[in-house]
Amino acid sequence: MQILPFVVVVWILAVGLYGVVTSRHLVHLIVCLIVVQSSTYVLLLGVGYKTGAVAPYFFDIPNHTPAVDPVVQALALTDVVVEAAVTALLLAIAIQAHKRFGTLDPQELVELRG
Amino acid sequence: MTPGQRRWIFLAAIAALGAFYLWGLAGLPGFGNYPGPYGNIINRIAVAQTNATGVVSTVNFEYRGFDTVGEEFILFVAATGVAVVLRHLRDERERKPGGGRDDATDEGRSVPATSGAVRMVALIMTGPTVVMGWWLASHAQTSPSGGFQGGAVLATGFMLIYLAGQFLAFERVSPTDVTDAVEAIGAGGFAAVGLTAVAMGLPYLSNFLGLGAVPGAVSSSGTIALISFFVGLEVGAAFILIVSELLDQTLLIRQGSQ
Repeated sequence: MQILPFVVVVWILAVGLYGVVTSRHLVHLIVCLIVVQSSTYVLLLGVGYKTGAVAPYFFDIPNHTPAVDPVVQALALTDVVVEAAVTALLLAIAIQAHKRFGTLDPQELVELRG
Repeated sequence: MTPGQRRWIFLAAIAALGAFYLWGLAGLPGFGNYPGPYGNIINRIAVAQTNATGVVSTVNFEYRGFDTVGEEFILFVAATGVAVVLRHLRDERERKPGGGRDDATDEGRSVPATSGAVRMVALIMTGPTVVMGWWLASHAQTSPSGGFQGGAVLATGFMLIYLAGQFLAFERVSPTDVTDAVEAIGAGGFAAVGLTAVAMGLPYLSNFLGLGAVPGAVSSSGTIALISFFVGLEVGAAFILIVSELLDQTLLIRQGSQ
């Protein structure tokens, strides 16, 4: 099926967002955010794929071999690094939130502040 | 808002998003029919222009080099941010590092002793992991590797020392001051490579080094290899800093004065 990878993208996005919306624990929420972001990897790699093409590495194959789009692969790499950085920052904030409020339940955090 | 209401609002919103997405999908070329042309053009010219056979790294460190500087600084700023967010609060103190990791018990929380098997595997893996990290960081121009992957593997090597049950050894082989300095060298080095090109009268991040004779040689591709090396330093140091900040929270910092 030609659009299956793109349907997978929106499915990963949807289950991740569902987790974010219904989350009762900040660490769980951060993991759900990682799931949301994972959908972008599938989208990027899916967009750049060419049927029958090889990886864009011409070390031992001729230069004109059809290869998949290297630009989206480089973007996926960027995506992974940014995700790791953002996750670390969010986890640090979660630690401080737990210290200050004594809970990691986002819904109780709202009540404490309001 | 009750969790039930929240769920219904979410389901309505995601249904609308899904409908829009599928509508947009109808206008896209199907999976496997890449429309081009940029990927095709780069695949055709990259090897001839840079003598690097790994085109993904070439895109990252050459064609999109300026973007990658920004990306590297995202990681740099995030590591700084983690350090700032996790700074000592007023009523916190640092535990005297006494007997190592197994000693980290109080307030009813105890860290279980590391098993002999984990210790053994972690110690055996440390050396090869560090070597592999360096190998990856220095082969961006030839193979599916590069500074980002290499730096992450390199940091993993240091994590294994921690996993072997030696938190203090981990702190000793990667003291925060040194790691900070390495991270700064990595981030600054990348920017400096770009500025060197400017000083030579070329556009920022131009490839001003010799490209080497043969495509695919480790010494080929000029600044791509150099930038990858600096990125490896920066990524490795940033990950070590982030993890050691998080470990400090668990193992060293305790609430209350004395």
